[in-house]
Amino acid sequence: MKRLFKTYLEKPELAGLILLVLLIILFQVRSHGVFLNADNLRGILGILPEAGLVAIGVTILMISGEFDLSVGSVFALMPMTMAVLMVHGWPFPLALLAGLLVSAAIGFINGYITIRFAIPSFITTLGMLFMARSLTVVVSGGFPPLLPADLPNWLFTSFVGPGNMFRMSFLWFAAIAVLTSLMLSRTNFGNWIKATGGFMPAAAAMGIPTARVKIVCFMLCSVLSGFAGMLQVLRLGSPLPSIGEGMELQAVASAVIGGASLLGGIGTVMGGIIGTTLIRVIDNGLVLSHVDANWFKFAIGFLTIFAVVANAWMRKRAKAIKMEG
Amino acid sequence: MSDAIISVRDLHKWYSGVHALKGVTLDFKRGEALGLVGDNGAGKSTLINILSGVHRADHGEIKVEGKAVSIATPRDAMDLGIETIYQYNSMVPTMSIARNLFIGREPTRFSVLGVGILDQKKMAEESVRAIANVDLHLRSPDALVGELSGGQRQGVAIARAMHFKSKVMILDEPTNHLSVKETNKVIGFVRGLKEQGVTGVFISHNMHHVFECCDRIVAMARGEIVLDKRIGDTSIDEVHGVL
Repeated sequence: MKRLFKTYLEKPELAGLILLVLLIILFQVRSHGVFLNADNLRGILGILPEAGLVAIGVTILMISGEFDLSVGSVFALMPMTMAVLMVHGWPFPLALLAGLLVSAAIGFINGYITIRFAIPSFITTLGMLFMARSLTVVVSGGFPPLLPADLPNWLFTSFVGPGNMFRMSFLWFAAIAVLTSLMLSRTNFGNWIKATGGFMPAAAAMGIPTARVKIVCFMLCSVLSGFAGMLQVLRLGSPLPSIGEGMELQAVASAVIGGASLLGGIGTVMGGIIGTTLIRVIDNGLVLSHVDANWFKFAIGFLTIFAVVANAWMRKRAKAIKMEG
Repeated sequence: MSDAIISVRDLHKWYSGVHALKGVTLDFKRGEALGLVGDNGAGKSTLINILSGVHRADHGEIKVEGKAVSIATPRDAMDLGIETIYQYNSMVPTMSIARNLFIGREPTRFSVLGVGILDQKKMAEESVRAIANVDLHLRSPDALVGELSGGQRQGVAIARAMHFKSKVMILDEPTNHLSVKETNKVIGFVRGLKEQGVTGVFISHNMHHVFECCDRIVAMARGEIVLDKRIGDTSIDEVHGVL
């Protein structure tokens, strides 16, 4: 039992991974082999980066002990900012930079207000969810601006790889996943994030600038969400002001299904990715298995509750073990 | 007083109108184990919080090894060689022993603006040595602190302070919530500090624990020092009498 507890704390994403493999096998059988064919996989991998990048940001922020509900709105505001600027003649790279800066600023505001006034990030970012969504509609003037024709789609959305299996966005996603994962596990900053979320009084007593660590995580989360929104807009070809609605809750679901603790300190980037993949696989697999697609949200909801109950149970067991020792 | 490692002179602290520290003057001598006792609200936590950089004094002077210093953050205190071990435990339970030992002071292979790649090999090697040095027997530095008992955690905290060559170790109620056996272990750690030339400041409600491991006892009441004697020159009854 002690072993299991330890494995769980070291690899909290393990349970999600096992579930993912089981579901893939189930859907492969139920869909008579359609699930894992190249066309279907291409479809799943093409949209995975968008939700995946948001989940990475939300997971890291959750490990630091905070929460962001505004990711879905930033997901829409960032590409809308870019589109409006490009309509006014800004070149793509500058518009991209401006969009990322707007995202970073929103993350900073989320973090600063949460820490300065010591209020729950749930509330700060709930407010930001409405404000950023409102701004998105306001700057678009009610009509989505037309995107210029000469966008660098080759860099973000074109299909590449053997059999054109991936979109470029997947490579961005993979690179960011590897970098953030290394940041969390191999750098001193990653150590500070885990310490801040794991037990803030101890982290602060050891001289870690916990406020700054959290603000950086808020900013990272917003920037990744904004970037993901841009990927979706480039894929769809139009900056709709309504994209990303409901995404914040799916990202939280991804993180906890992947083993991150809502209380902070526990979780991995890989877990967030596994959680997102699981959601995409369920979405796609239900359709292929001819199950009423309206069961999708039920499945995600069930899985989320199940994951958190399992986490709570493991923690209780862990406590019992400490008593014995 | 040339043998004082920390001297505080006329330290005052007000908390929203409450005069918590009323002109405390005290020398912490090199290599001694000093017991700091007093009731809740006597000012001992306030004094310790000022020395460890959690709060700042409103008035007064602090000298470390004869030099006037300003301790604004916990990091300042650590850089001066003052390490504090709190009763609520200064460890992160969800992280390994090796990671806990180096929180905030991680060795990096290279770094840009203070952020860099962890030198995990060095962390593993040094944490094994640090733990062995305080005579703590643990299976592996990769064990999670959450798996350790309260006494073992205090042991790791002390190992950490020793490893970073702290000169003064402040232990704030380190024996709270510990079993008798574990308490003895912690008292053993405090005794061990002396051999390593480290000044220990041991804060406790339990007079017996203080008399067991300290050379000198300082009692505080209502923000002032009311007794300061060698352990041999006083008794538990006398200390209780002044509190």
